[in-house]
Amino acid sequence: METQRFIVFLFASVSYTLKAEKILKEQRIVHKLIPVPRHISSDCGVCLRVTADRRDAVESALQGRVKWEGIVLL
Amino acid sequence: MQPDPGRDPIIYFDNAATSWPKPAEMIEAMIRYNGMIGGSPGRSGHHRSLDAGRIILEAREALAELFGCDALRIVFTKNATEALNISLSGFLHTGDHVITSSMEHNSVMRPLRFLESRGVQLSVVPCSGAGLLNPDDVRTAIRSQTRLVVVSHASNVTGTIQPLAELGRITRDHGVVFCVDAAQTAGVLPIRVDEMSIDLLAFSGHKSLFGPQGTGGLYIREGLEKQINPLVMGGTGSRSEFERQPDFMPDKYESGTPNTIGLAGLGAGVRFVLAEGMEAIRSKEKSLTEKFLQGLASLQGITIYGPPNAAGRTAVVSFNITDVSPSEAALEFDERFRIMCRPGLHCAPAAHRTIGTFSQGTIRFGFGYFNTEEEISLALESVRSLIKK
Repeated sequence: METQRFIVFLFASVSYTLKAEKILKEQRIVHKLIPVPRHISSDCGVCLRVTADRRDAVESALQGRVKWEGIVLL
Repeated sequence: MQPDPGRDPIIYFDNAATSWPKPAEMIEAMIRYNGMIGGSPGRSGHHRSLDAGRIILEAREALAELFGCDALRIVFTKNATEALNISLSGFLHTGDHVITSSMEHNSVMRPLRFLESRGVQLSVVPCSGAGLLNPDDVRTAIRSQTRLVVVSHASNVTGTIQPLAELGRITRDHGVVFCVDAAQTAGVLPIRVDEMSIDLLAFSGHKSLFGPQGTGGLYIREGLEKQINPLVMGGTGSRSEFERQPDFMPDKYESGTPNTIGLAGLGAGVRFVLAEGMEAIRSKEKSLTEKFLQGLASLQGITIYGPPNAAGRTAVVSFNITDVSPSEAALEFDERFRIMCRPGLHCAPAAHRTIGTFSQGTIRFGFGYFNTEEEISLALESVRSLIKK
């Protein structure tokens, strides 16, 4: 059985990450805030991790409300 | 919850300087942050740091609801003065032309006079004796080099409310940036940045928004941040690998650890305003102001400044008692009647020149949402007893 893969949404700063978190909470999309993995960026921020199959749902939830900087497959 | 004035009953009429008392929710939010959260927002990523970040985001969101803008277009500063300094010194360059009114506070006048000494051209448009700005005079003052019009929404001396929507139409039609000093009005008069074509909105957190001192902020219209330099640069918790200041909102203007405890209080204060309803707050303050104005008008030996009735002003009344200096009167009000007010020039010499009270100034009573009709009656009695027969 193939294990579920994760992706992370990266934001310019924690203000944006927390705004995105709030939107996902409102829309009941399962997510987790995690420190930005070292191999992605040496920044000290946090990012939003979701399962890869939720990518479209997250993108449409955030579209026009909060800007993300990138999406990276873990 | 209503605040408890405590065991030292006073009549607090200095709300135009800073509001008091504050809603209990505001104090509780500050205690909760210090006792239960304590983290540095946007810095570390542990859950207490994130909770601190959420408090600040919630404060931004409450303000965004109040002003009709996006939460991340709001920058937090230590007061309206800092917000105005960013808008003026960060935006204007040698050769630019800026227009302001003759009713401005020194938070606008001093940065502008400094910039003038560095080659910025300044026009100060005269206001009427009641402190009112005529939008046509602003239109006439616009030249090809005009980049900015900066005016206060309401005067801190007379409470005179300026015709913002009309001014906004003029600046928009001429492609000039419109900056509003809302220190006296945010939380009590409706402000919608889009409808009023406001590009920069500087506000104080500790007046009608019921936050603590040390809080204020600046709304910046989308894209305008590209033209405004920050006054302070440093760590933002974002883009830490780069030695250059971030260019995005709000981090560009928010360097260094923020005043999280203050912003916890500000967020609670703004939510208090939203819950009570700005119309209810304005209506109460207006009725107290009207009662005081009518009472004063019935007395001999009193000069009242500013618009004739409460509808044209915020809850601020400047007046003088014949042959009694404002400072002398203020001391009497404090010691004999336990009324806290502010005498003198109120950091606004230009406004006092406009209304003809430079350099002695006026006595200023600034009413607030927690004042009562009974306090107004007591104040009128006190004024009567200070009139020289």
